[in-house]
Amino acid sequence: MPKRLIQVVATLLIACAAFVLPVPSALAQTDSAEDAASLQPILQEQAELFLDSSRRTIQPAIDAVAASGLPQAPDFLVAWAEREIWVNEADLTFYRVTRDDDRIYHLFDVDTGAEVMTLEDDDGYEDLRPNSGIRGLIGAALVRFQLEDPDPAIRAEALDSIDRNGEASHLGPLRASIDSETDQGLRARKEQLLTLLTIGYADDKVDRIAAIESVAGNLDVAVRAALNPLVATTRSAATDLPEGRNIARELRPGSEALPRTEAYQLLVDEGLAPPLVSSDDLRSTLADHIEDGAVAGVPLSELSNPAARDRAFDALVAEGLVEPAATEADIDSSLADHVFYETYAEADAEVTGAANAALASISRMVALNQVLDLALDALSLGSIYFLAAIGLAITFGVMGVINMAHGEFIMMGAYTGYVLQQVIPDYTVSILVAIPTAFAVTFAAGVAMERLVIRWLYSRPLETLLATFGVSIALQQLAKNIFGTQARPLTSPDWLNGSWVMNDIVGISYIRIAIFVLALIFLALFLFMMKKTRLGLETRAVTQNPKMAASMGINPDRVNMLTFGLGSGIAGIAGVAIGLYAQVTSEIGQQYIVQSFMTVVVGGVGNIWGTLLGATMIGFLQKGIEWVYPSNTLAAQTYMIVFIIIFIQFRPRGIIALKGRAAGD
Amino acid sequence: MRQSFIARNPSVLIFLACLAVFTLAVTLMSHALGAEMISTSFIKTLGRTLCLCLVAIAMDLVWGYCGILSLGHFAFFGLGGYMIGMWLMYARTEIIVAESLANAAIPPTPDEVRDAIGSQIFGVVGSSDFPAIWAFAHSLPLQLALVVLVPGLLALVFGWLAFRSRVTGVYLSILTQAMTLALSLYLFQNESGLRGNNGLSGLQNLPGVEAGQDWISLWFLWASALALGLGYVLCAWVVSGKFGSVVRGIRDDEARVRFLGYSVEGYKLFIFTFTAIIAAVAGALYYPQAGIINPGEVAPIASIYLAVWVAIGGRGRLYGAVIGAAVVSLVSTWFTGGMVPSIPLGVYTVDWVDWWLVLLGLSFVLVTLFAPKGIGGLVDLVSARVAPDRHGADYGPDKGALREEEGRK
Repeated sequence: MPKRLIQVVATLLIACAAFVLPVPSALAQTDSAEDAASLQPILQEQAELFLDSSRRTIQPAIDAVAASGLPQAPDFLVAWAEREIWVNEADLTFYRVTRDDDRIYHLFDVDTGAEVMTLEDDDGYEDLRPNSGIRGLIGAALVRFQLEDPDPAIRAEALDSIDRNGEASHLGPLRASIDSETDQGLRARKEQLLTLLTIGYADDKVDRIAAIESVAGNLDVAVRAALNPLVATTRSAATDLPEGRNIARELRPGSEALPRTEAYQLLVDEGLAPPLVSSDDLRSTLADHIEDGAVAGVPLSELSNPAARDRAFDALVAEGLVEPAATEADIDSSLADHVFYETYAEADAEVTGAANAALASISRMVALNQVLDLALDALSLGSIYFLAAIGLAITFGVMGVINMAHGEFIMMGAYTGYVLQQVIPDYTVSILVAIPTAFAVTFAAGVAMERLVIRWLYSRPLETLLATFGVSIALQQLAKNIFGTQARPLTSPDWLNGSWVMNDIVGISYIRIAIFVLALIFLALFLFMMKKTRLGLETRAVTQNPKMAASMGINPDRVNMLTFGLGSGIAGIAGVAIGLYAQVTSEIGQQYIVQSFMTVVVGGVGNIWGTLLGATMIGFLQKGIEWVYPSNTLAAQTYMIVFIIIFIQFRPRGIIALKGRAAGD
Repeated sequence: MRQSFIARNPSVLIFLACLAVFTLAVTLMSHALGAEMISTSFIKTLGRTLCLCLVAIAMDLVWGYCGILSLGHFAFFGLGGYMIGMWLMYARTEIIVAESLANAAIPPTPDEVRDAIGSQIFGVVGSSDFPAIWAFAHSLPLQLALVVLVPGLLALVFGWLAFRSRVTGVYLSILTQAMTLALSLYLFQNESGLRGNNGLSGLQNLPGVEAGQDWISLWFLWASALALGLGYVLCAWVVSGKFGSVVRGIRDDEARVRFLGYSVEGYKLFIFTFTAIIAAVAGALYYPQAGIINPGEVAPIASIYLAVWVAIGGRGRLYGAVIGAAVVSLVSTWFTGGMVPSIPLGVYTVDWVDWWLVLLGLSFVLVTLFAPKGIGGLVDLVSARVAPDRHGADYGPDKGALREEEGRK
């Protein structure tokens, strides 16, 4: 109802009353015209309930206030919820009361809001103190007023409150408020909530079924929350199938849905069969009947044998000392004598049928979207692996140098980013500075390592592995000594926070998108460098045949040095990217090194497309296995590695194997 | 001209003599015999070091002699430890449970005992049922057989898959590393049935043995020394003679050995599995002395350290592996135990607990670069077995292969 109209009518009525009748006393408001405009008589009528202040009995009082339709009713409800309503115990007049700093009580009229009097103490007045249960009821009543409030914020608040704990009583006001709603967003929300409330509480079956059918395929979690209670089932057992119940299905004991023991337990729970004696019960029963070191003639020492325990129990039964337990034959016959079935909580079969159909279509949509979400996750994981492995694709794939310290180059890049963030407070600037700096630092480290260590070991690949491992543990410990063992945060700038959400299921964080883009940029950069630049040409020449390249005027030492530096530099940039979404510790590189090597090996050594495919495959594989074994990422990694080991059996040279001269053998 | 095994391998006798003297000396200085010159915990450290020497021999055999740089042999070591640990834990818990159930009014059935043991052992991972892999845990002989069988089978299957598809060199290294990573990740799960990251604990207590830890530590020292001696002789015997020559041939040039008609895969598979079993036996002796085993022990890093020991000690000679493992692990204990005085540098004090790994890493790089023969190379200086001048034509395409002059000797 439009509030404005009520106000107008009320004002008119008051005006009439003032003309026609003498002004009544403030305490004896018996006039019908006054009643329509004033809350006080309504309150006084229900005074007993108000003073009683019990959650179970208060509802009529609240309804009376709410049904009055008076403009001051919501204010009264709010004041009541905030414990500002007091009652004069003598004449049962209601006041809104506030206490100021000087401890003086100010009493306001509940209708006009005008200050009526002030009091020094509260003798003779009682504060209504609604408990939290009553405040909940008040809130529900307030919702109707709030739904039509001129302020959109208050309307949105009311919708939130319905969203949290909707009930049948909200249905009417909500439906009534939709037509007058001007805000498009709120209107959509109201309509959605109306549908959900209709599903749950509407009286008309046709309405409910229509509402249920309208939400088929809807991915909103609230929709599923509204539908699921309808199709919730309870199991029962009886001698015959009951009439007039909405039975979901009949269960056969011993089937997968209802194992034999569960079926019997159901009978026991419903008092239809005697309980089984568990081994614990058996033991305590026997312990209760020990006489002279024996139970019913069976010596204690023999009772470590289950058969002897049964014998003793049977003997006790025969003596009439204990109740007999159900035997296997008893179980079978009682199972055969009863039917087992599941009933829906919702009584109407058509409604549950529609709900089941809607849920089925929703779960199809959910599955479809989950696959999409999983694919996005896998793609992002793949691009992280690709980023971590691309430097390795150069040093290991192209040059054939096993660099176990590659992970530590990633770590150096991440720590470079961290240090720069300590110096440059602006996160955006510091990240932009960190990328070239990380490249420079790790490029220098790579060149130094190539000059000092790797250059001497080109002909001994296994020893390169060991020497670079030595560098790796030294660097790792060095980082621990400098930065400590605790994780250091590499904070991403604000514009990278948050995530891109398509619906309730599909979403991906901006950092992951950024990493994906970064991976693509590096792929392009790598291809450009190897195919279009002089250095790339020389690198390919040197790796294929160093002697021939040298005789063509290429300096293999210089090319090797630069190539290795480049691979290391890219690892440094990858470190910055990885550090943005993982914690930076001295072990950050260790987490990626094995996966990176696998990516390169699975993809095929010496081919960047192979590395890309390998990273994608490993990413999808890992996410796929995680989906099959949810909540167990360790299992996912284990099975992935096992899968890779088997994969290498069939394609020992990776997905894309080099052929001919480029293969190098 | 056939000489006896000992005559061809004089180092075996020297090694056995050294080992015997060492064991005797430690025994005489131990608590158990009342000398109190070496603490019980240090005897355990020495016993563990002997086990590490044994696994280093296995590593040397597979890497130094056969050329397979396996970065996964600690997986077999750990598996051996797990297998014996299962029995130790089961048997010990059984005794504890039997004591607590003995007070009950009704004597427990075997099922009840088993359930009580299960809830004792698996309480930490929120379970009380025995997983299928504990089926033999009640029996020492069966579990001892598993010490050999489980790692042996794993090595056999993995090796067969890897060698059959001719994965060699660094690829094989990465593959073995992946294997041990997979194993450790698997063991980290509670569902693996081996108590997840809690691992197996309390292994230092031998069930049913009344003797104190001072005696137990000594027994394990003897057992480790015996195993090391036997393992050394066995490995020396395997690599001497024709079989050993083929194995070394595979290291130097696999293709040529294959063209000569030898089944390279068969030889490699034998060496791989054989060394895996040795590693498992070493692990089964190591973990009762360590007292606890958890999946972190089979992490890839452990296997790389194994390669580090062998490289520092000197590849291709069994005593080199022993020296490397003993020196590096003992020095490591010495440094990380905080027993080395810090070096004050004015502005910064070098605390060796923090800086030891840096030193180890760098010295490892230096050994690889400047002393590829490792510490064992020093023996050559003494025995005048001077390195051949490596400037002749090589017998194989690999620069590490035997050279012409070397071959002529």
